[in-house]
Amino acid sequence: MPAMQFQVVAPPYVIAGFTVPRVMFQVLLALVPFAVVHVWLFGPAVLLQLGVAAGSALGCEALALRLRGRPVPQFLRDGSVLVTAALLAVSVPPLLPWWLTAFGTAVAVLLGKHAYGGLGQNPFNPAMVGYAVLLVSFPVEMTRWPVPGPEWDAVTGATALDALRTGLAQSYTMQEILADPAFGRVGAAGGEWLNLAALLGGIYLLLRRVIRWQIPLAMLAGLALPAAVMHAIDPGAHAGALFHLASGATMLGAFFIATDPVSAATSDRGRLYFGAGIGGLTWIIRSWGGYPDGVAFAVLLMNLAVPLLDRYTVPRIHGHRGR
Amino acid sequence: MSSRPALPHGLRLDARKTAPLQHPLHAAPAPHVAVIALDQGSGEAAEPTVAAGTRVGIGTPIARAVGEAAANLHSPVAGVVVEVATRATVAGVGRCILVENDATDARDPALVPVDWRTLDGVALLHRLRDAGVAGLGGAAFPAAGKLALARASAVAHLVLNGAECEPWICCDDALMREHAADVVLGGQVMLAACGATRCTIAIEDDKPEAAAAIAAAIATAQDDRFELVELPAIYPLGAERQLIEAVTGREVPHDALPPAIGVVCQNVGTAAAVARFVGTGEPVVSRIVTVTGSGVACPGNLEVRIGTPIAELIAACGGYQDDPARLIVGGAMTGQSLSSDLVPTTKGVNCIVAATLADLAIRDPEMPCIRCGDCASACPARLLPQQLHRAAQADDRDALARLGLADCIECGCCDYVCPSQIPLTARFHAARLRMRLHDAERQRAAEARERFERHERRLAEQAEAERLAFEAARRRARGAGPT
Repeated sequence: MPAMQFQVVAPPYVIAGFTVPRVMFQVLLALVPFAVVHVWLFGPAVLLQLGVAAGSALGCEALALRLRGRPVPQFLRDGSVLVTAALLAVSVPPLLPWWLTAFGTAVAVLLGKHAYGGLGQNPFNPAMVGYAVLLVSFPVEMTRWPVPGPEWDAVTGATALDALRTGLAQSYTMQEILADPAFGRVGAAGGEWLNLAALLGGIYLLLRRVIRWQIPLAMLAGLALPAAVMHAIDPGAHAGALFHLASGATMLGAFFIATDPVSAATSDRGRLYFGAGIGGLTWIIRSWGGYPDGVAFAVLLMNLAVPLLDRYTVPRIHGHRGR
Repeated sequence: MSSRPALPHGLRLDARKTAPLQHPLHAAPAPHVAVIALDQGSGEAAEPTVAAGTRVGIGTPIARAVGEAAANLHSPVAGVVVEVATRATVAGVGRCILVENDATDARDPALVPVDWRTLDGVALLHRLRDAGVAGLGGAAFPAAGKLALARASAVAHLVLNGAECEPWICCDDALMREHAADVVLGGQVMLAACGATRCTIAIEDDKPEAAAAIAAAIATAQDDRFELVELPAIYPLGAERQLIEAVTGREVPHDALPPAIGVVCQNVGTAAAVARFVGTGEPVVSRIVTVTGSGVACPGNLEVRIGTPIAELIAACGGYQDDPARLIVGGAMTGQSLSSDLVPTTKGVNCIVAATLADLAIRDPEMPCIRCGDCASACPARLLPQQLHRAAQADDRDALARLGLADCIECGCCDYVCPSQIPLTARFHAARLRMRLHDAERQRAAEARERFERHERRLAEQAEAERLAFEAARRRARGAGPT
């Protein structure tokens, strides 16, 4: 009987079929509600920012891949730079000059990602690296937010967190501060809708199992708990938990930024500490730090702590006694 | 019947078991020439006890086990031994006994049923060892060896593994549907052999017919030491340590075997083989094999003689169709891929898959790890595959040991979920091999160093003794010097 010959391969022979491009695409899809609300509040400028950031990101990524001798089409297709670009584009003020957006994205891709070895190697969240560089280098342009509202206008005004900070510094009471038109029903005017949109997108990602619940929940708890406690102790000097959850980049940070898998902790317990640290640091920076919103710096600071978290939160292996 | 809580980790997989189960269990034709590999996959190769020209019947002993980890071998066909030669086997290449089938199917007249109720446990273990009963779940470790260890450890709880969690394999399902009484009888014999006092038969909940058949068999046997437990159909709940945790709630310590916590685990196929042995005296010469895949015309479950070339088995199932790309022995997650279909079946071959490209997943090119952590969520041994991957790439042996590479059961769950398409299981397999080789070399180096030090000490003592003797002789000579 003639023998049939076959090729030999290693098991397993079936896989789930999740790919990096699919994960990235899901994240971009979940950002759509946020972008839509952004356009409703501030006008179509954010779409231009998205375009500029995407173009800059793809260009820098292609350049870096070519310089590093990596296959350009395969890695360009994975979509990870597009997520970085999108997160940066929706985080910066919509009227930011286009060349600043392009510069920030270039910093994010080249310094925040490729300087460390490319996909999977960056210890810091690339979008936040770009954002932090822009914020520190161009503080005026980066804090010039237009007044949100159905009427699109180029008149700029203070954000809710700005108003809170300056109001407290000038010893106004919380009731007087909250009367400022920058404040909406529960949080920042306009900002509360952005946070709601980010929350919906985040829930979508949780349901599709693209992200896991540990980091978002821990971050929101880490932000809400100190806020609630201090608000109970001294309501005149501290805003409540709901305000913090509905203002600034809280929900975007919790579900989209802090959950960047490459720069986050690896084990589930480590992720809880990581998220809690980001939430706590955000509250500290907002209350006592030098910037109105602390999400970006909180994320970068906790990225520094990740190797330590990984080292000390290795889960107990099946069959081993407690560590 | 009772349910237990699910494993926290593991995967729900597409079972792919409907096609072979549509037909009832039937016997495969006996091979023209049986090729019985002396290395059946566990322990060292057996020593043949027959030579060319010896006439054998079904069940005649043909090879004796060497060492504790291998089982005796018996002829699956009646006929004449052709030769003992080297052939392609599942393990690669190995010595095999070739027996030409004379088509009489005559049983060895020395086979008699065993009155197991009158034998004591130790005698029963001897009979099981002689019969070459090996673990039919795939490992082929001698059942008598496992049960003897259980007896020595005063094990109280026997678990019969009918979980069959891996996609494609459904031989145990077919066995339990049609021979549930044999499984229960085998369990009773095993209880007597190892001295345990209760037996749990574990089945996954995607096998309702098998569960009903086992429940009926337990009721008919009226043995209240038996219970049936249904577990969620999560892969790899059928792996021994995971199964024991799911059934008993206790974990087997990583550096010990299940008898350390009072449990011994056997496959339901092994139990049925024990029942057949005590009922007819016939040792293990055949087993149920699932033949499946889109590349075979008539998938099914067949009773196959050990030593049947896979090509003959596929022909008995209607032959190939649709240009199969791979021939796999085992299941979808841990099966072994073969290069030729002339390889004969062994006691450990439970499933043969002729897979077309449609059956298989084609991986995208490997991307760097994005640290998503899905692998850690899926790992049933609760390891951190992404950390292990990094350590394996850096060949950092300390980190690999600390992260528990030795505890990896190579189930394939991490591979299955990885979005970067990294072949993690193959990497870990290679890393474990390197670690074992490295440890063996270090052991040899340590022994060589000890030998050298002993040699040096002996030489030093010798030199010292010679020096003392010389000094003594000189003193004597001086004392009696010239006056």
